[in-house]
Amino acid sequence: MFDYETLKLIWWLLIGVLLIGFAVMDGHDMGVGSLLPFVGRSDVERRVVINTVGPHWDGNQVWFITGGGAIFAAWPLVYATAFSGFYWAMLAVLWALFLRPVGFDYRSKIHDPRWRSAWDWGLFVGGTVPPVIFGVAFGNLLLGVPFHFDENLISTYTGSFWQLLNPFSVLCGVVSSSMIVLHGAIYLAHRTEDPIARRARLAAYGAALVMLLAFSAAGLWLLHIDGYAITSAVDGAALADPLTKSVERRAGAWLANYRAMPATVIAPVAAYVGAIAALVLLRAGRSGLAFILSSVMLAGVIGTAGVSMFPFVMPSSSDPGHSLTVWDSTSSPLTLGIMLVAVLIFMPLIMFYTAWAYRVMRGKVTTAGIERNTHSAY
Amino acid sequence: MISEQLVDLSRLQFAATAMYHFLFVPLTLGMVWLLVIMESVYVMTGKLVYKDMTRFWGKLFGINFALGVTTGITLEFQFGTNWAYYSHYVGDIFGAPLAIEGLMAFFLESTFIGLFFFGWDRLSKPQHLLVTILMAIGTNLSALWILIANGWMQNPVGAEFNYETMRMELTDFWSVIFNPVAQAKFVHTVSAGYVTGAMFVLSISAWYLLKGRDVEFAKRSFRIAAAFGLASVCSVIVLGDESGYTVGESQQTKMAAIESMWETEKAPASFSLVAWPNEAEQKNDWAIEIPWVMGLIGTRSVSKPIPGIIEIKAKNRERIVSGIEAAKALGKLRANRSDAEARAVFERHKADLGFGLLLRKYVTDFGQVTPQMIERAVDDTIPRVTPMFWGFRAMVGIGFLMLALFALAALSTLRTRSETRRWLLKWALWSLPLPWIACELGWFVAEYGRQPWTIYGVLPTHLSVSTLSVSNLYGSLAGFVGFYTALLIVELYLMQRFARLGPGSLGTGRYANEPIHAAAH
Repeated sequence: MFDYETLKLIWWLLIGVLLIGFAVMDGHDMGVGSLLPFVGRSDVERRVVINTVGPHWDGNQVWFITGGGAIFAAWPLVYATAFSGFYWAMLAVLWALFLRPVGFDYRSKIHDPRWRSAWDWGLFVGGTVPPVIFGVAFGNLLLGVPFHFDENLISTYTGSFWQLLNPFSVLCGVVSSSMIVLHGAIYLAHRTEDPIARRARLAAYGAALVMLLAFSAAGLWLLHIDGYAITSAVDGAALADPLTKSVERRAGAWLANYRAMPATVIAPVAAYVGAIAALVLLRAGRSGLAFILSSVMLAGVIGTAGVSMFPFVMPSSSDPGHSLTVWDSTSSPLTLGIMLVAVLIFMPLIMFYTAWAYRVMRGKVTTAGIERNTHSAY
Repeated sequence: MISEQLVDLSRLQFAATAMYHFLFVPLTLGMVWLLVIMESVYVMTGKLVYKDMTRFWGKLFGINFALGVTTGITLEFQFGTNWAYYSHYVGDIFGAPLAIEGLMAFFLESTFIGLFFFGWDRLSKPQHLLVTILMAIGTNLSALWILIANGWMQNPVGAEFNYETMRMELTDFWSVIFNPVAQAKFVHTVSAGYVTGAMFVLSISAWYLLKGRDVEFAKRSFRIAAAFGLASVCSVIVLGDESGYTVGESQQTKMAAIESMWETEKAPASFSLVAWPNEAEQKNDWAIEIPWVMGLIGTRSVSKPIPGIIEIKAKNRERIVSGIEAAKALGKLRANRSDAEARAVFERHKADLGFGLLLRKYVTDFGQVTPQMIERAVDDTIPRVTPMFWGFRAMVGIGFLMLALFALAALSTLRTRSETRRWLLKWALWSLPLPWIACELGWFVAEYGRQPWTIYGVLPTHLSVSTLSVSNLYGSLAGFVGFYTALLIVELYLMQRFARLGPGSLGTGRYANEPIHAAAH
């Protein structure tokens, strides 16, 4: 079908697509979770907020699970090294995610206000912690992560959890969190009526401001940190072995791709244009269109990180030669080929029935509607 | 050297979280089909009680499903967080079914479960039924891909070790999918799930009948559960795991341990109904045996012998000795990829590499292997017999107990004139925990029986872990135990609360225990 080198490139793109899909789909219900305690002032208002994503959050979360599965299958060494290295960060994501299914489903089953308020904050944590940690993780990838392999490819992470929380990475966490909140706020403005929609719009303006500032600051900072570059010959068709190359830390290396291929500047441009256009459209009352533009923004931000690092996926700061790249940490050609076929068959189907599900549930969620269906709504 | 404590704690954490996850999965697997049956009857007959049944049992299904989703993510995470070398070593094969499970099954299940709960007023009757059916298909396909992945751990077909990438690589995807062990496990596991769903509906319906409330609702639920349960329990027993027995060595080792069969018996082997295994002396202190039965179950013939533990060990000793050669040659190859002599030796012994790796528990340099170490490694290849022997018997015993219950329940609902007898209803009520106990025992036998391997014959468990500190594991284990205990308390509280409320919790005005504000509608 395709040669190994092409397959490796396609899977770099596909993992990117899955991450963007995760940010767009699970991102908006996580953003809604972050906003829940603030835009919903009464119990019924909070139920309105929750029910905008009630029928969909479960399907959306599968983007995350499938993204994880795809990284496992396509980049097993990355999966192994990143998840075990970022042990406590991953557990924090996992434990925050625990609060979502139970929060959505159990919250409104009991009338006690303390019970409901506790789950509201649970949904807040479940929607807020994962985007922050993913941002922090990406920040650390851009800086390089202290890990190395032995001759049997057993990986050892030599950093600590607290080391992950350095200023640059925390800034990346702010970018990630604010873009997800912005995205969720736009969705909420689209699916609710005033006063919830009005509060959501206000939140969107605030989140957009933070996002644009943080993204710009992180971009400027990126100019000054050392990136990584492969200094030995690259053979894209070679078997996946991360121990046979040499890598150098170099100032400005993370900008090399933009210089070599100026067209890639479209990624950061999309982030800015998406965020600003989404705001303009939201002010003009075109919340549906604004949601599409904030999705473009998400793609732009994720694309910016991806293009900056390419071909690196997980650079090693302690042993740069052991860095994991698109060329040397992938699965075998057969596995990549089979997985590609699976994606090509199922991704269109998934998009089709997801779109249908949103179409069936379309329209504003209202307080009157919640009170009418108090036994079946979340 | 990898700390044994780290390995034990990693195993404990995985076992605890997997067994916890499987408290929720079987109920989901079974309940979806019961919902499909109930809703189909509603669509065909138009009787509202069947819609209420679908919605009420669906409510309980939802409470259970939430924790199923919650705890399922843990398992995917843990391959990376706690079993990093495993993930690297077999991700090329093992990752694919997990990813395809997401694409083909989990998206389907999770998207349509939303419409199942929220779509009642927005979809036509047939459309909603279609949603329920797609949700059920998604759920069961999900189990299929997970069991294909798990079946490969038991019987690793269609893959080969590549010394340049230091991992197993896929050679034949179809043989991974149609792995006989995986297919047998799938049928057995989903059927066990159906039994669990049926028992859940049967028990709670029996409770309503004993209390004499919502009788028409409960009777119909009881009948559907009895019929579905009877068919499912027969499927568990007849199609059960046995079809996977003789295929693959892991199953042979497992069977020898389950049967506490030390010596290879002449065909057809007898079946030890009860025995007292003595692991130190490798014999049974006493046993009650039924001639011929084991040979028939295990080999479906009267002429094929079934290997005993002592014979399996002797074979494994040869493979370990050969595996040491493979491991030594691999070491040379890693140092110098163009060493033709080492490569020839490696190719000759490659199939036994995994057995050589068993020694990594005792030594890092294969040049220093002693005969004592080899003996210890040989002993390691057999899981402990006593827990396997009794675990299996308890599972099978519960299976037959449930067969009797479902058969009597089905019989009693056929005789429509008389009420179901109270002793049978009580039996049904008190049997509620049985399928869960049987499911947990089944997984215990399957996975504990796979030890000392994560991938049978390929990768030993003690090599599979992440390089973490023991204190990390204590911390995460404590976190999981705390979190899971709290979640279980909440779930059980809600479950019993809504089971007690009964169909009145729907607020339709047609049932007992209607919440006060619903009566106003």
